[in-house]
Amino acid sequence: MAASTAVTANYVLKPPPYALDALEPHMSKQTLEFHWGKHHRAYVDNLKKQVLGTELEGKPLDHIINKTYNNGDLLPAFNNAAQAWNHEFFWESMKPNGGGKPSGELLALLERDFTSYEKFYEEFNAAAATQFGAGWAWLAYANDKLKVVKTPNAVNPLVLGSFPLLTIDVWEHAYYLDFQNRRPDYIKTFMNNLVSWEAVSARLEAAKAASSSSA
Amino acid sequence: MAIRCVASRKTLAGLKETSSRLIGFRGIQTFTLPDLPYDYGALEPAISGEIMQIHHQKHHQTYVTNYNNALEQLDQAVSKGGTSAVVKLQSAIKFNGGGHVNHSIFWKNLAPVKEGGGEPPKGSLGSAIDTHFGSLEGLVKKMSAEGAAVQGSGWVWLGLDKELKKLVVDTTANQDPLVTKGGSLVPLVGIDVWEHAYYLQYKNVRPEYLKNVWKVINWKYASEIYEKECN
Repeated sequence: MAASTAVTANYVLKPPPYALDALEPHMSKQTLEFHWGKHHRAYVDNLKKQVLGTELEGKPLDHIINKTYNNGDLLPAFNNAAQAWNHEFFWESMKPNGGGKPSGELLALLERDFTSYEKFYEEFNAAAATQFGAGWAWLAYANDKLKVVKTPNAVNPLVLGSFPLLTIDVWEHAYYLDFQNRRPDYIKTFMNNLVSWEAVSARLEAAKAASSSSA
Repeated sequence: MAIRCVASRKTLAGLKETSSRLIGFRGIQTFTLPDLPYDYGALEPAISGEIMQIHHQKHHQTYVTNYNNALEQLDQAVSKGGTSAVVKLQSAIKFNGGGHVNHSIFWKNLAPVKEGGGEPPKGSLGSAIDTHFGSLEGLVKKMSAEGAAVQGSGWVWLGLDKELKKLVVDTTANQDPLVTKGGSLVPLVGIDVWEHAYYLQYKNVRPEYLKNVWKVINWKYASEIYEKECN
């Protein structure tokens, strides 16, 4: 089971690490107000209600996610639990004046596992663009390798045995106010202007540490 | 495969021509975007003209385009005898073909108020609804609840089970047509609960969209299908 860096036993709606208008013009304040203020908030609030009085109450979020994933035969609380986790992870995957090419060790690893940053870009882009319906695209780490993964609805790499490093939300609510149907433009904007490679690096270090300590 | 014939009514200038063309030596037909039987703004205030235009001209058109592409690739894969390639195309065909099927039904499921949108069903469908669900209100409540509960993208349907001769309410995920839930199911009313169907107007409040969409549901069309299937 892959460990999460965000163990929130109290299921708090954590604000993004920037003001709601800080990602403009790439992601509007209005989008953040709805996406964080309504959608993410609802997942957290509904999760709290759903686990109240059950054996899941008070358990760490990643524990709930794995339990309710139930090997693909999803239990009721999975959607809210995983979406609460996914959204916190998503806000932290972005930063103002982000995006573009990383440098240093991260770039070296992308070049090792994808041949080039451009090839990684292409693969991540394709995964995000071809996830039918609602879902997410991820950069993930497993068995000392970086890979691109796409998941439907609320599923995330934690339940698939890998460490998430970066994600883009491709549910329509993530981009519809700013881009309407133009998901490819949204993905490009995310890659070129929003990705926080610092967050990705920190997560990679944590993933490597967690891997070697369980080896 | 039969050529789809839709009587051309109000369209915006510049919409794709509605002639079909044959491609490939097997004569695979291409599909085209059906015209809406009403103006984009005609369903307001229940559904905004902005949503109708993007939904029809962008989303549905994309399903049609991608369905045609997938069929062309399927044609080539079949003639080359490439089973892996054929199997690999199935999800694109299901998704885009399903999107085309579902949206073609959806536009007929809707009508402006002045053309009968929202008027309760009469005749045999009206009676059947009362029999199976207690009342139209009962059906509406059930469909709205199930539509609101769809996680991710999908549809909520009122269908007729031809074999069991009863009405059913069911949901499908993504662009799966109702027939994927049962071979004898005929769709009577489908409501799109993908976020693109309501987000610009209702934002995250899907239940509000579901409350209002009933004001423009075209029960006349649903009755026609029901009566045809029951005879």
